[in-house]
Amino acid sequence: MVHPSATANLSLASASPTAPVLVLDRVDKGFVVEKKRIAALNEVSCAIRPGRVTGLIGPDGAGKTTLMRLCAGLLLPDRGTVRVLGVDVVLEPLAVQAQIGYMPQRFGLYEDLSVRENLDLYADLQGVPAKERSGRYQQLLAMAGLEEFQGRLAGRLSGGMKQKLGLVCTLVRPPRLLLLDEPTVGVDPVSRRELWQIVYHLVESESMSVLLSTAYLDEAERCAEVALIHCGRILGHDKPTNFSQQVAGRTWLIRAPALAKRTLQRQLSRNPAVLDALVLGASVRAVSRDCTPPTLADLSNPSGAEVILAPPRFEDFFVATLKDEAADRKNNRIALAVPGSRRGGDEVIIADNLVRRFGSFYAVDRVSFRVRPGEIFGLLGANGAGKTTTFRMLCGLLPITSGACTVAGLNLRTAAAAARARIGYMAQKFSLYGNLTVQQNLRFFSSAYGLHGGRRRRQIDWALATFDLAPYAATESQNLPLGFKQRLALAVALMHGPEVLFLDEPTSGVDPLARRDFWAQINSLADQGVTVLVTTHFMEEAEYCDRLVIMADGRVLAEGTPEEMKERHGGDLDREATMEDAFIGLLRHHQPMGT
Amino acid sequence: MSPRLFALIIKEFLALFRDKKSRMAVIVPPILQLLIFGYAATFDLEQAPLAIYNEDEGAFSRDLVSRFERSPAFEVIGYLRSEAEIRPLVDRKDALLVLHVGRQCSADAAKGEGCSVQVLIDGRNSNTAMLALNYVRSIVTDFNEEQIEQTTGTLLPARLAVLAWFNPNLESRWFIVPGIVALLAMIVALVVTALSVAREREAGTFDQLLVTPLQPWEILIGKAMPGLIVGVGEASLIVAVAVYWFRVPLVGDMLTLLPALVIYVLSIIGIGLMISSFSNTLQQALLGSFLFIVPAVTLSGFSTPIANMPDFMQTLTYLNPMRYFLIIVRRVFLEGAGMEYFWQELWPMSLIAVTTLALATWLFRHRMH
Amino acid sequence: MKPGSLLRLKGIIRKEWLQVIRDPSSIAIAFFLPLLLLLIFGYGVSLDAKNIRIGLVIEQPDSASLSIAGGFEHSPYFAPIHLSSIQEAENALRASTIDGIIWLRQNFAADYLNNQSPPIGVLINGVDANTARLIEGYVQGIWFSWLEQQAEKAGRTLRSPVQLEQRIWFNPQVRSTDFLVPGILAVVMTLIGALLTALVIAREWERGTMESLLVTRISVNEILLGKLIPYFILGMGGLLLSLVIAETLFHVPVRGSLWLLFAVSALFLWVALGMGFFISTVFKSQFVAALVAMVSTFLPAFILSGFIFDIQSMPTLIQGVTLLIAARYYVAILQTLFLVGDVWSVILPNAAALAVMGLFFHGLVHRRTRKRLE
Repeated sequence: MVHPSATANLSLASASPTAPVLVLDRVDKGFVVEKKRIAALNEVSCAIRPGRVTGLIGPDGAGKTTLMRLCAGLLLPDRGTVRVLGVDVVLEPLAVQAQIGYMPQRFGLYEDLSVRENLDLYADLQGVPAKERSGRYQQLLAMAGLEEFQGRLAGRLSGGMKQKLGLVCTLVRPPRLLLLDEPTVGVDPVSRRELWQIVYHLVESESMSVLLSTAYLDEAERCAEVALIHCGRILGHDKPTNFSQQVAGRTWLIRAPALAKRTLQRQLSRNPAVLDALVLGASVRAVSRDCTPPTLADLSNPSGAEVILAPPRFEDFFVATLKDEAADRKNNRIALAVPGSRRGGDEVIIADNLVRRFGSFYAVDRVSFRVRPGEIFGLLGANGAGKTTTFRMLCGLLPITSGACTVAGLNLRTAAAAARARIGYMAQKFSLYGNLTVQQNLRFFSSAYGLHGGRRRRQIDWALATFDLAPYAATESQNLPLGFKQRLALAVALMHGPEVLFLDEPTSGVDPLARRDFWAQINSLADQGVTVLVTTHFMEEAEYCDRLVIMADGRVLAEGTPEEMKERHGGDLDREATMEDAFIGLLRHHQPMGT
Repeated sequence: MSPRLFALIIKEFLALFRDKKSRMAVIVPPILQLLIFGYAATFDLEQAPLAIYNEDEGAFSRDLVSRFERSPAFEVIGYLRSEAEIRPLVDRKDALLVLHVGRQCSADAAKGEGCSVQVLIDGRNSNTAMLALNYVRSIVTDFNEEQIEQTTGTLLPARLAVLAWFNPNLESRWFIVPGIVALLAMIVALVVTALSVAREREAGTFDQLLVTPLQPWEILIGKAMPGLIVGVGEASLIVAVAVYWFRVPLVGDMLTLLPALVIYVLSIIGIGLMISSFSNTLQQALLGSFLFIVPAVTLSGFSTPIANMPDFMQTLTYLNPMRYFLIIVRRVFLEGAGMEYFWQELWPMSLIAVTTLALATWLFRHRMH
Repeated sequence: MKPGSLLRLKGIIRKEWLQVIRDPSSIAIAFFLPLLLLLIFGYGVSLDAKNIRIGLVIEQPDSASLSIAGGFEHSPYFAPIHLSSIQEAENALRASTIDGIIWLRQNFAADYLNNQSPPIGVLINGVDANTARLIEGYVQGIWFSWLEQQAEKAGRTLRSPVQLEQRIWFNPQVRSTDFLVPGILAVVMTLIGALLTALVIAREWERGTMESLLVTRISVNEILLGKLIPYFILGMGGLLLSLVIAETLFHVPVRGSLWLLFAVSALFLWVALGMGFFISTVFKSQFVAALVAMVSTFLPAFILSGFIFDIQSMPTLIQGVTLLIAARYYVAILQTLFLVGDVWSVILPNAAALAVMGLFFHGLVHRRTRKRLE
């Protein structure tokens, strides 16, 4: 049974230049996980129009990758039809695959092959004739800024370069339809801009059609059209401005000079009329339930406070639409069982000319900064900028090549092991024991941190209660939903009441809503006197930090408050500079060549 | 024991045994290997295919042939009628050996001249050929002895009175099965310890462990414990299977075996931890274990006597803990030898254990990151 | 053949080849391990007994007993030690400083001269049953030639009614190297064919490269063939290396034709690759695939192939199991080709069994490998 309108479209597909390049008609797709059937896509119907960039936008687990794979013929739909360029993917996958380009989320570059060898492989696989290659290579490599790296092994490229090479490999033979699955994840803003430039160039010069999925909401605004996907359903398909127009008149910028920005944000988000409150520079950006501005009278110190109507963004619509569905996200504040002890006084973390060399490669090159107690301090930079290496040296996980660092007055690498009880650590990737239950993990780590007897029991109870983990106490931690894994990791890092909390990319892979909750928790910890050192590659997360350093190529490019950064490095724009502008400005200055 | 260390050991066990797959991987293959090894690895000859080409009709040769027919070592697969039949039969591997009795045999024997009997053995597998030849020789010798005494009516001037101590029926299974205790204890203890650190490295949990106040030596003990307990436990299980299933007599006692077993497993754990600290991925840990196990088994005396190896290889075997434990386990099983016999095995094994553990600790500290 | 197929095949083969060359662990498995195995087995494994430590206890030395002792002293198999009493000897046997005892009692000479047929006591440590049996055989040999000598001295002839004339075909010196080296080739080919390739498809799944491959125009046949060819070349390279070592170091004879040896090896390698690919497609994790490959291909190639332990002496059930082990057929052919020659009656049925197994595994791999992720 085929939907009549879809049939009509299909017959035109190959003939008309305006016919959709991709048509999904009532597609269902489910997977069996632990004997339970989970619907990944539910009655999805959608038509992608040619010659433009369509964004597939949704949080993690929404079904973006499944949809992409169905279109590429890598999965079979349970029901419904998928037609690509007029061809049924289920019946003739090879015919479809001959005409499309697909770049999976983790593009399969062969890391032990050089850039050129990877290109040759894909040129062979796509059947590019030998005489056409050199021209095509030159054009693509120039576009990606990779000409000088042809002989380098793909594994030695930076994250952004790898991603660009992946894109170039899918493009060796110009496809008619390009499917890109989260091409910009973990890529620095400069490379991200370049990726977008390449995509736009192709759409214009080769009239390619592009379907691109992303979890970065700000990228929605770069697409010609956006399909919003959530829980396996398409919630809407329109121009991005049409989405944001739906929340026009409900978005505000609020300033209250008498209040700290985090206090202001906290007080605003308690207001039931406010759906979302987000620190942005010195002010707080809020989305209200309706078109009346949020009242400021409830603020603890409203003197000088003002509300300005702000232009709506796609993200506002996204949050406003999805926030209602996640009604149980209330527990945003953590009451520490053992409140942070020290406030004021000396710097808690000192990095002094830190250097880490691997062979001839400087992963961290003369990095210095100081973190004051009770501060949220950020290390901002792209993948491979040296954040994690710096971090590991501070935690004593990696020997220092030269320089010095102390945490709470101690070098953790040489200090007695007991000193490590003063820090809490949350790794980038979920790194608790996956095949142990939540309870077993908590028990083990509390003992490892030297808790015992009644105190240990109380702390475990506290962790289970504070992080809503009690219902999952007997669940194997590998089977927890992503958000709960993150909570468990945070619980483990906090159970022994550390003075300093190290968070390495704590929100990567987490959807925007969960990210907001997480930051609310971190804020509350800082308010109680815990010093937080956090690394992130999300530019907008820098706004949460009291101070931060921006890193690239192992070096610190700048240090200061988010406001100072934007002011100094944002460049001359007619709008208010964003953190991304500041980052790009800095990087340009640092590397005048461009890439 | 500090509660911290205790919690760590509990965690190591949970990590190993909570997961069904990993539990199966630790328990099932060793048992399966024990059964297959126990039955397949034998140096006894049983029902080896024998063809008989007897050109002689006399009672003497019939008597000789019947000795072969009755021996459990051989199974007569056919009686040949011409010499031409021999070659293809052996070539095809249908017969391992052919007994050829000449036409004049009985007559020659009656004349007291002695008859010559040919035995042709397929030498493709030289071990089997040697075994078969030995069986043939002893049948012929026994036959000769009786014939001489019968025909001359006098006893031989002197006779052999052979007695095999500890294994009167010379069953090679009694030799191989106790050896499997040493073999499997090594494989299990090595794989469990060598893979545990690599697995934590791959899962990222190792960092999480290192930022806790646990001392490196505590982590090391935590990592060593599962290998020790699983290794010793599984070896004890195999001892039980050897005794109750394969019916190998355990003449000595477990009290002699156990301390030696613990020292042996500790020395293996030291090696496992060394492999562990060198490898960043599971694949490397696996390959490392493999590169150790293969030479260690072949140079241990498990299946072939060390005395037959070239000198430089014999020297190498002194570095191999399995060499020492094999001697102990076999002798405790069959001879019932007590601890007092084993000082010269125990001290080198302890030395190896101390050295490997110390090296592992050193490597662990220096390559922890 | 579809258009562009050759080009795609070339691309995959080149990629696979570059990966092999750049990965130290595959080089270790393909070249280092074979070398190690050949050296250990070429030099170190033999079931013969030499220099057997035997204790001689002669309670009353005289010419008869000393001539027996002389027989042991001149034998290449024994390294005799004279001990003064049976207690001392038994203690030495218990302490394992000797492997056996020859015991001539006080009244041996007297009884011997009186034709009383005195016993020569032989005590052997039976722990190592195989060695014990060898010792027994050697002792019998010395005893019988001593009897003949004594008869000759007395002017009589002692003719044993049956004189055994032994002929060990194909390997008259019974050199264990000559039969172990062909067996090692089977183990080496299993290592390269199954263990190494068990990892290759699993690796592509783990590293996410499979997805990128699958969406190109490449077909399943091209992917499989593209992976097969480089590892096939690697395996044949390993074979060649092992053969050269076997010839230069151990001088193992090759009596069959070389081309047949290569043809059969190619067939076995094809089967082993099929098993490796099969394991790799079923278990998409490198770790599990490696373990399964080790337990299901490497260990059986060692134990159940007839390479060390004789298959016919195994219990019937285990013999049945060996029928499923590809290495068994290859070992049978190899030992024949090396030591006997082109015996078609051995080669054909075994090769047929290999072909059936190869078709089975490759067929399964084909059925299971789809151009989809599920």
